[in-house]
Amino acid sequence: MAEVIEEKVEAKVKEPKEPLFSKKNRKLLTDPLADNNPITIQVLGICSALAITAQLKPSIVMAISVVFVLGVGNVVISLMRNIIPSKIRIIVQLVVVAALVIIVDQVLKAFAYTLSKELSVFIGLIITNCIIMGRFEAFALGNGPWKSFLDGIGNAAGYGVLLIIVAFFRELLGSGTLFGAKVLGDPIEKTGLYAIGYENNGFMVLAPMALITVGIIIWIQRSKNKALIEDH
Amino acid sequence: MAINTDKNSYTILFAVAMVVVVGSLLAFTASSLKGRIDANKRTEKQQNILFAMGIADSEDPNEFVAPEQAEDLFNQYVGDKGQFIIVGSKAEQTTDAFDIEVKKENDKVKQDANYERKMPLFIGKKDGEEFYIVPLRGNGLWDAIWGYVSLDKEFKTVKGAFFDHKGETPGLGANIKEAYFRDDFIGESILDASGNYKGITVKKGNGDPKNQDKKDNEVDALAGATITGDGVTAMVKKGIKMYQPYFETLKK
Repeated sequence: MAEVIEEKVEAKVKEPKEPLFSKKNRKLLTDPLADNNPITIQVLGICSALAITAQLKPSIVMAISVVFVLGVGNVVISLMRNIIPSKIRIIVQLVVVAALVIIVDQVLKAFAYTLSKELSVFIGLIITNCIIMGRFEAFALGNGPWKSFLDGIGNAAGYGVLLIIVAFFRELLGSGTLFGAKVLGDPIEKTGLYAIGYENNGFMVLAPMALITVGIIIWIQRSKNKALIEDH
Repeated sequence: MAINTDKNSYTILFAVAMVVVVGSLLAFTASSLKGRIDANKRTEKQQNILFAMGIADSEDPNEFVAPEQAEDLFNQYVGDKGQFIIVGSKAEQTTDAFDIEVKKENDKVKQDANYERKMPLFIGKKDGEEFYIVPLRGNGLWDAIWGYVSLDKEFKTVKGAFFDHKGETPGLGANIKEAYFRDDFIGESILDASGNYKGITVKKGNGDPKNQDKKDNEVDALAGATITGDGVTAMVKKGIKMYQPYFETLKK
């Protein structure tokens, strides 16, 4: 608690002087993309990463939705950070994210119906995404709106980038397609790669392979940057 | 800020205020957008029905007709005259058929076994051909699945099909809405060799992945989507069977 208060004071003093894209603020945006990635380093948001990365298109839609919800949600929580009673702060965070998601869903249904149909699966997944609650709790409650906004966008983008990487490999190796286009040839007509005996790896479509793919990415990332390895 | 946010009274007050604010915000959004959302749903249903009778976007046969055209095309091919409510074997022509929700009728039957369900039927005419379009509703792995299947007047074969779902797994069960799955239903027989009703089974490993045998009452399943596939089987089998008494009267 003491830390949070300290950060609040610090933020209040510095905010007016700091340029919008100071080095520190840029770090908020870029850190989560690699060295503090929510999935590979903080290990948050794994469940939705497993569920939707069988294809590229839903992964990209999910990434955009989370960028929006986390960006706006972080700002809302940050604006209210001084008046939220700490006893019920988790509930307040839940209400904010649920309300945001429902409003987005309703607006999409009214003005972009086809898009909303594609998104409908993810609405529930966004609310339960632990990255969102995690950033509300860890960052937005203790920092100003602009910083929180950058932090939200950064973390959601870090999450999105990983979703897209995982989905790329899962769709390519599992179904032989990218965005539904048959880039490796037709498995039934035996054209392209399939003509020389290549087969799709059906296991890639199933959830366990998402976990293994994420594991491989974590492995590569940590072997490149030894500082990320925790010492136990 | 000078508010003591740890006080119980403040906590309760905050919670009450938050509920009121968020509640009214959501209620306001929902009620102000309801008209548009309902209109979109209506358009979608028209697109679905047209799609099941083979009327799709002129450029991409896997896409629906454009939303702006849906109303006009629906009136042209189905119109008010093509809407019927079937109760048992009796058919009544009425424009209300469009507003009947299969799910609500299913629920009513569940509550009261004696309830006579109202079943919507749409009869479309395209190039002199008649399409009997039947709405279906069932359950997939996670949530509801539904579809529209168009039949011939003789109640023998499927002439077109469209399936959709609420929350099946993307990449697996969600593929029931893809062309390669739904197109297998076209031309498939719903009667067995001796002419009895059999429905269509979504079957794994039936040795007919290109679905050349249209008399086997089977279409090839989706890999990794067994339960969704079984849901489609049950939905098609049960849904179409309910219309059988009506089609029997047409034969006389």
